[in-house]
Formats: sequence, C-alpha cells, structure tokens
Amino acid sequence: MATPLKTKISVPRSRDNTVSGVKYNRASSKRNNFEMMAWLYMRVSGVLLVILIFGHLFVNLMMGEGVHRIDFGFVGGKLANPFWQVWDLLLLWLAMLHGANGIRVIIDDYAERDKVRFALKIALFAATAFVILLGTLVIFTLDPCPAGTAAELLPSFCPAP
Amino acid sequence: MADFEAREPESKVQLASESGGAGAIPTFDVTVQVRRYNPEVSSEAHWDEFKLTMYGTDRVLDALHKIKWELDGSLSFRRSCAHGICGSDAMRINGRNRLACKTLLKDLDLTKPITIEPIKGLPCEKDLIVDMEPFFQAYREIMPFLVNDTHEPERERLQSQEERARFDDTTKCILCAACTSSCPIFWTDGQYFGPSAIVNAHRFIFDSRDDAGDMRLEILNDKEGVWRCRTTFNCTEACPRGIEITKAIAEVKQAILARSL
Repeated sequence: MATPLKTKISVPRSRDNTVSGVKYNRASSKRNNFEMMAWLYMRVSGVLLVILIFGHLFVNLMMGEGVHRIDFGFVGGKLANPFWQVWDLLLLWLAMLHGANGIRVIIDDYAERDKVRFALKIALFAATAFVILLGTLVIFTLDPCPAGTAAELLPSFCPAP
Repeated sequence: MADFEAREPESKVQLASESGGAGAIPTFDVTVQVRRYNPEVSSEAHWDEFKLTMYGTDRVLDALHKIKWELDGSLSFRRSCAHGICGSDAMRINGRNRLACKTLLKDLDLTKPITIEPIKGLPCEKDLIVDMEPFFQAYREIMPFLVNDTHEPERERLQSQEERARFDDTTKCILCAACTSSCPIFWTDGQYFGPSAIVNAHRFIFDSRDDAGDMRLEILNDKEGVWRCRTTFNCTEACPRGIEITKAIAEVKQAILARSL
C-alpha cells in the first residue's frame, strides 16, 4: 500500500533508554497501516452512526404511537423486513467495532503494564465478538411467528394459528 | 565637566529607586511553593514554601533567582538565555506548562501561593530539572535535518514565499518540551513520539527543499506516531511560542492518509 521511499538512508534509532523502570525506547515499528485505518474507521463510522442511530430512534420512538407500540410484534415485524435487517446489521457492526476500538485506545492510554493491557484487550475482544455474533444471529434467524403464541402479540403478517 | 555628571552605577541594582524614570515600580509579596526532589537525600519529593517581596516587572524566573541567590542555594533549575528563546526553563507553574522567563508574576493569582513543579512525564533528576533524553530521542528519530541528494547548488536552494509560509509556524519551536510534557498520552508510558517531535517533522515534511518527507511520514505512521494523538489541545495551550501544534499534527495525519490512500 505504501509507496516506496525515495530516500535510502536509515532512520536514526537511539540507544536503549530505560529510566527507573520505565522504558522510553519505542518498540520497533511494525510498518503497517492498522492504526491509520483504525483512525479513519472511527471518523467514517462515526458519521454513519449518527444517521443510523437517529434514524433508528426516530422510527422506534417518534413515528406513529411512538414508544408505546414497541412489543414483540413490532420488533419481529421490523426484523422480517430486509431493509431493517440491513439497517440493524450495519448499526450493530459499526457501533460495536467503533466502541471496541474506542475502548482499545483507552486501554492503551491508561493501562501501564503490558500484562494488564493484554488481559483487558482479550476480555474486550471476546465480549465484542460475542455480542456481534449473537446480534447477527438474532437479526437473521429471529422467527417473527413462533408457534403457540396468541395472535395479538404477533406481527400482522403471521398466519393464523 | 565630568565632575558634574552623576557617575553611572556598576549595576542597575544600585540605581536609586526614584531614578526609575517612569516612577517607582510597585512591589508585592508573593508566596512561592516549589516542588523539591533530591534523590541523594530522599526518594520522596516535597514542597518548599518561600515568601518573597517582588517587583511588578518580575517574572517567575526572577523569583526563582531570588530564592536561589538569597534564600536557598540548593534549589536547582535550568535556565540559559532567560528571554524565552533557549527553551531551558519550561516548568509547571500553577499547574500549567510555561516558561518561567516569560511568565510575569503580576499575571498570576497572587492571593494564593504560586506552585512551581518540574514538567511531567520525564524522569525528574533534581528539583525542577528533568532528564530530557527521551524527549530528544523522539526528536532525533524524526530526522530533524535537511535531506536532499540532488546536486548541490552553488547558491541557496530557492523557495517561493508561499512554499516558505507552508511550514512557517513549525519553525518557531524552541524544543522546551512544554508541549510534549503537557500531553496526557506522553505521561502514560513515554512511548508516544510527542507533539514536539511531530512539529519538527512537520517543519521538514512541508519544506519544498527537503526530499525525505515520505520517510518522516512513514516514521510517524506508527502506533506511537500521529495516530496516538487524541486532539486534547494541551500542547497547543502549553506552547510558549504560540505554535498551532494540534493543527500541525492534523496536517501530518492528512499527509499520511493522502499518501497511503
């Protein structure tokens, strides 16, 4: 991705510098664009999330009877619609990754010891993966018309039991 | 004729107070609290309090001089030019990073004690003196020198006014470390390059005469490079030279993005 460098001299690196237990040398760089992409992702997903979240809030809380009509039938009906499936899926993935990256950055900024950082990040990534997978599963496999449920609780398109 | 002229005193200190011309300079009492640390005596730092009578034209540096010269000679601090150019006497005054030689006492709140601490994030060696090596190490790593392999011209390498103006702001840096040591990200683990190194990289990246801009961008496209900046603007607020540091960092970010995408 990166263009080849014009200059052919090597980067000055300083001698090992550890003062009272704190290592001031930067770990040798891995030369990849991950941090740049993460930075860019936070900005792009942030803009998209503003649209997605306020759209979601408006449709769920403001339109029609507003918050009072939210029940299983309403949610089931929404998730049976491919438009809302895509909307909710985007919302889930963008928000979870945006939030997880934010927490990752905070861990990097505030956890000082490498082991603590590692443990916190493992916990963070596990929790993020769990919520994303569970959410994705629900969006695609939710049965809006479970058998043996009273018709008034279900979306209108369900066949009469 | 020489007998009629008043002999000029050897030092301005000896001038009579009424000879000031513009009238007597007001004096006031100030309380100064200095963070003291001497690893040969104790591993703990403590506060020392000094009560001084200072003049309206005095700076924090003059108060430190008065303490060192008249009250406690063991106080240690750095200063060289004492006129805001050498960048030696950056310190934390009332919780803000400033140059002691550019901060007038009359501009501070004198009803409360003035606190003076060493700058944060760098290892303290004694009193207000910190080890600047980590700071200069980051500075060296961004290659703060002109790199140009083309044929050496017989005269100056010419540059238009617009090309010069592009990096004018970042040429003002005096390497005092007020910005880097005000950055909360630098405080964490000292791994971040820090605002000052990025400012000095910016100075060469956007210099039309320099050829190693791409290399400096590559160096700063790093986990500890510009992407670690959280735009808290502490550096911009701390800079005694008024450099728009956060803006410079943002420009380097944009240059890295433009180059990679």
